Amino acid sequence: MANSKRMLAALTGAIAAAATLPARADWSLLNMPVGVTELSQEVHGLHMLILWVCVAIAVFTFGAMIYALVKFRKSKGAVADTTLLHSTKLEIAWTVVPVFILIGMAIPSVETLIKIEDTTGSEMTIKATGYQWFWQYDYLDSGVSFYSRLAESSNETRQLGSGKDPRGVEHYLLDVDHPLVIPTGTKVRLLLTANDVIHSWWVPDFGMKRDAIPGFINEMWIKVDADKPGTYRGQCAELCGRDHGFMPIVVVAKPKAEFDAWLAEQKAAAQPAPAEAAAATAALNSGAAEAVTLAKAE
Amino acid sequence: MAHHEHTADAAHHDDKPHGITRWLTTTNHKDIGTMYLVFSLAMFLIGGLFAMVVRAELFQPGLQFVDPGFFNQMTTMHALVMVFGAVMPATVGLANWMIPMQIGAPDMALPRMNLFSFWLLFFAFMLLLSTLFLPGGAPASGWTLYPPLVLQTGNAFPVAVFAIHLMGASSIMGSINVIVTIMNMRAPGMSLLKMPLFSWSWLITAYLLILVMPVLAGGVTMLLTDHFFATSFFNPAGGGDPVLFQHVFWFFGHPEVYIMILPAFGIVSEILQTFSRKPIFGYEAMVYAIASIAFLSFIVWAHHMFTVGMPLAGQMFFTLSTMLIAIPTGVKVFNWTATMWRGSITFEPPMLFAIAFLFLFTIGGFSGLMLAIAPADFQYQDTYFVVAHFHYVLVPGAVFAIMAAVYYWLPKWTGHMYDMKLAKFHFWMSTIFVNVLFFPQHFLGLAGMPRRIPDYATQFADWNMVSSIGAFGFGLSQLLFVYIIYKAAKGGEKATAQVWDNPPGLEWTVPSPAPYHTFDTAPEVK
Repeated sequence: MANSKRMLAALTGAIAAAATLPARADWSLLNMPVGVTELSQEVHGLHMLILWVCVAIAVFTFGAMIYALVKFRKSKGAVADTTLLHSTKLEIAWTVVPVFILIGMAIPSVETLIKIEDTTGSEMTIKATGYQWFWQYDYLDSGVSFYSRLAESSNETRQLGSGKDPRGVEHYLLDVDHPLVIPTGTKVRLLLTANDVIHSWWVPDFGMKRDAIPGFINEMWIKVDADKPGTYRGQCAELCGRDHGFMPIVVVAKPKAEFDAWLAEQKAAAQPAPAEAAAATAALNSGAAEAVTLAKAE
Repeated sequence: MAHHEHTADAAHHDDKPHGITRWLTTTNHKDIGTMYLVFSLAMFLIGGLFAMVVRAELFQPGLQFVDPGFFNQMTTMHALVMVFGAVMPATVGLANWMIPMQIGAPDMALPRMNLFSFWLLFFAFMLLLSTLFLPGGAPASGWTLYPPLVLQTGNAFPVAVFAIHLMGASSIMGSINVIVTIMNMRAPGMSLLKMPLFSWSWLITAYLLILVMPVLAGGVTMLLTDHFFATSFFNPAGGGDPVLFQHVFWFFGHPEVYIMILPAFGIVSEILQTFSRKPIFGYEAMVYAIASIAFLSFIVWAHHMFTVGMPLAGQMFFTLSTMLIAIPTGVKVFNWTATMWRGSITFEPPMLFAIAFLFLFTIGGFSGLMLAIAPADFQYQDTYFVVAHFHYVLVPGAVFAIMAAVYYWLPKWTGHMYDMKLAKFHFWMSTIFVNVLFFPQHFLGLAGMPRRIPDYATQFADWNMVSSIGAFGFGLSQLLFVYIIYKAAKGGEKATAQVWDNPPGLEWTVPSPAPYHTFDTAPEVK
């Protein structure tokens, strides 16, 4: 049985691979990030709550199953009790108890949901537009606008047969040329749309994902904790064609003062005629020029 | 029809044409069931091959083997082939073989339509697979076919839509056949509430199919007219809405997942009672639970689309309605456990697969409950966490149940016992590798890896490698399955009529292999 030998070899390989993992494991790679916004922390808490509820139920149900499998084996002389066919009491119990558990989970979920959907009181608005396969950011209050694409280092390495090792590239596939910059401690409203197909804007550390749909505008909000400036990375999360895996999202959260300075600098650099500069950049991308005209028309 | 009714021995009018003519012209439910099952096994291997391409590319970061566009074709075709070509036809094959035998009927009610629905399915898949060779390649938009992306498909687009139409027509005919057979041809004395649970689960599945396949057909037809006849159902430039398609698709798509899992529930119920030597616990509750799940499946569809920007009230409704599914599903799991309780359990291959189903499907149920919670779903949506979830319910769920069914009824079909040792080996290989394959995907998704990507950031490398090793192991193990079935079909130790230790159900009252025509006179059910 060459077949079974090969399988055993593969199995041994799998176990060996799994066994080395804890030694070099970064345990943050096993669970949802806590994130850097109030919402992401709340969502993480909710996730952990449901996870532990599921674990508790699993211990109970799997425990009962394992007990039955061990205790009621024919080889141990177990004789079937064919009168045990029905028990109204038990059946009511295992219908009603789950209802209460579910209610216990539903209440905090709905509370968080209401908070997530409340975009009122936002202090600034940025429009993110998805294209095949990059993002455009428009600071609606100040007229600053730019495109954000996969960084060249990642782009070279990711080509089929590039011969380059992704491990040698810093932030492989999670790096862009122009990151989105936002202020910390500020409620930023993000408007999402797309120009060709549906994309989805997701940074795990912000605890939120929302689709960017052509012809429609979705909204979400981010408020990075004032004490957590930094660079946060994510990716397009809705299949959008060939290069779906190669349109990352990078957000740099700066303290308010630094952000204001950055924004002023961008404004100055974009003078004169920011729209034409943007269009010129876009024209370099085959196929995107037409899309930009459409974007301006709306 | 091939039987010469004037032969002297009425019990043996099972003459049939030999060779290929038998299979092309047969209207016998057992032959058609066999064709469905063989077709499904072939598709399982082809769909599995596509998955191997996906996992080979994901073995390491960077692109080693395929272009990202082809990668998307592989994920799309893998799903379409596995859902419509492997799982659904396998359950239809089981229905064809087992429903008439379980309810004491001589055949399906509409034998010619039965044959027609098989050949429709066959040609639908020849069309779908041919798209791999068309300019522009196979569909690459994911099996969900979301516009506007799907409208960028090359020449494959109308072919794939036509293939889906044919599959839908085939499924609807198959379902009508099941309903008519069960409603009209049950043996005297077999009231609906005496019917075996596998037949019950299929009766409800058939209604689901008839209700939702036309919805899918409508949705893809709207795509077709948007593409070729300048309509704007889903085109915002013409006043349409791309999200409308998602509502239409998932109104079909959610009941579809129960179409794949309800027959599995039926199978597991049959097997647990046989090998616990004890009738199912709470039979009526089991029937009502299946019916409740089927009903709920129509009011939860938008939980697949929490991130599209629905109104708050909509998100709350779909969160709560989805959580309700946990209740009837819980009832089923608890009743199965209670069926084993104070039983006399043995561990033949069908029972092993049924037990693995019980544990691993329940894990898929837990992640399903987590996904129901909209605020948390904003993080889970479109990540590998979702991939892990639906593969847990579909592979160690639906597929394991189908394998359990094959190991349960194969001696009845072939008249031979199969190689038990090898089957147990197949079980352990499948169960170990399926967990190596899918469990790490929970971690990948939670840590932030989106689904449907051909390449990933380096921090996801370790678990992807583990998952790929699991995939190769699981894939190879299935060759063993093919070999075991082939060997049993060719010969082996003769099976008795009962095969197992006093199993319940009319199918075990006829000899093994089951004669070409069973129940010439209807059996009496007390």
